[in-house]
Amino acid sequence: MTILIFLPVILPLATATAALLAGRNVRVQRSISVAGMLALLAVSCLLLRAVIADGIQVGQAGGWASPFGITFVADVFSAIMCVMAGLIGSAVAVYALAGMDEQREAFGFHPLLNVLLMGVCGAFLTGDIFNLYVWYEVMLMASFVLLTLGGTRSQLEGGMKYVAMNIVASVIFLAGAGLLYGTVGSLNMADAAVRLPLTREGGQTTVLAALFLVAFGIKAAVFPLFFWLPSSYHTPPVVVTAVFSALLTKVGVYSIVRVMTLMFAPEAGFLRTFLLVVAGATMIVGVLGAVAQMDVRRLLSFHIVSQIGYLLMGVALFTPLALAGTVFFLVHVILSKTSLFLVSGIMATYKNTYDLKKLGGLYRSTPALSFLFLVAAVSLAGLPPSSGFWAKLTLVRAGLENGDFSIVAVALAVSILTLFSMIKIWNEAFWRNPGDAPSDETPETLPDLNPRSRTGLYGPLVVLTVLIAALGLGAGPLLDLSLKAAAQLMHPSEYITAVLGGIR
Amino acid sequence: MEVLFALVVGVLFACGIYMILRRNLLKIVLGLALLGQAVNLMIFTAGRLTRGAAPIIAQGLEGFEQPHADPVPHALILTAIVIGFGLQAFALVLVRRVYQETGTDDGDALTTSEG
Repeated sequence: MTILIFLPVILPLATATAALLAGRNVRVQRSISVAGMLALLAVSCLLLRAVIADGIQVGQAGGWASPFGITFVADVFSAIMCVMAGLIGSAVAVYALAGMDEQREAFGFHPLLNVLLMGVCGAFLTGDIFNLYVWYEVMLMASFVLLTLGGTRSQLEGGMKYVAMNIVASVIFLAGAGLLYGTVGSLNMADAAVRLPLTREGGQTTVLAALFLVAFGIKAAVFPLFFWLPSSYHTPPVVVTAVFSALLTKVGVYSIVRVMTLMFAPEAGFLRTFLLVVAGATMIVGVLGAVAQMDVRRLLSFHIVSQIGYLLMGVALFTPLALAGTVFFLVHVILSKTSLFLVSGIMATYKNTYDLKKLGGLYRSTPALSFLFLVAAVSLAGLPPSSGFWAKLTLVRAGLENGDFSIVAVALAVSILTLFSMIKIWNEAFWRNPGDAPSDETPETLPDLNPRSRTGLYGPLVVLTVLIAALGLGAGPLLDLSLKAAAQLMHPSEYITAVLGGIR
Repeated sequence: MEVLFALVVGVLFACGIYMILRRNLLKIVLGLALLGQAVNLMIFTAGRLTRGAAPIIAQGLEGFEQPHADPVPHALILTAIVIGFGLQAFALVLVRRVYQETGTDDGDALTTSEG
């Protein structure tokens, strides 16, 4: 079943091609896109099942034995991430049926979305550092066009910053990959992991670690490299923002985790304090930025940054429990953030604005939407019994066990501020009476959605909300899975043996 | 030879970084292009400079003659050039569209997306 590991890349490519061939026929494109995403989700689930049942899956592209060819590797962590990519892809593709304007759809939204997913899944599955660079570029190119598709003024301005910053990050990443080859003579990550400790070339390993950290740090929007994110992510249609926030920065985090655990684990002691400081600063600065915002999408964009800090905290602590916390947190934050963005999209469909000052009274006119928002918001803030609570509990416990009390204090304080900014959205958009009529008892009538767009907008949101609630009430299975993933990450020998087989 | 290449790479990086720090959008794109070239040369140098020995197996031989140039960095650079070309082409078109839409090529004037 080696083909299975390549399918998460092949399927989106096939879907994108088919959708392109449909030309301007939006209807055909839509059905192809949704079918392709659902197939991707199914294939990723199969892959996860295979990984859980039979251990790490390896595929050699073109039959070239590693470390000479390009290797695809799926351990529990990458398989979980692929499942999340398939899930979010499906949710967003369905949401786009109602939440995307036809013009953007006719000009290639669906093929681009699939190409983006191909890049994301490729980055999760590849075992080759240069191939990772190529998947990053696939992902970037698609994201450039998705971000600027439609060409409104703010999109173009945000796009300019996004493009420039990401090309710089790519250059740094490429430099790291090139120097890694110069140092160890291999691009296969498992092979490089074996050879890197053997080359005692002074500080070269540290330089490589720093290059990769900066490159992935820019992509993951880590403090102080995050400024491009809040000035670009809120400009495209909310569907695009939702998929970006769910997957793109998370690919950066995934790469940091992969590279740190596999190749630079011995350096982790040296980099730990540094990473802890960066993680704390990312949390604080992100949440302070969010608290100051009055535009829902900008507020949520700053929260993306803040949540990255938590993910990084798990990497910095570098214990099995902490890494399990990071994996769990990734799943949780992808679900919660996507649903929050989708909720904000529905708000804007009703009220035609993202400005908190102009929103209001939504609780009275649409209690269902308020409830969906509440679940995701509570989860993001980390109140029990939500998925965010378990994610944060795991990280906090790992921090306490390690004796790193300051990062724990920061994490908890930032949670309170997160809760504060969620309450701010709740108060302004849902609870408060709409501006000019403070004592109005009759609910404001909202524009009616036709049944089809109602299903399109609410369907994926309900599924995500149910998943968040399910994770909160029954966190056990995912936590076990995260611990399994963390065990594999902490002991890369399994990964290395799986990739290099009998060679060593 | 390595020293010369290292100097060239260093100068290219310096020029590229200077250019991406400027306010003019077109100059930023030029800076990105320079950075791309700097990295390509760096990969080339880091992959060892071997002169006059192409990595081609001559007829009748079983393997490479020693010494031979390592073909992998060349393949990497080729890929990077193609990708860089695509990115820079997109960036150029974007600068043009930004100029059409905003009437300015000053990076500091792009403030509508900052809310």
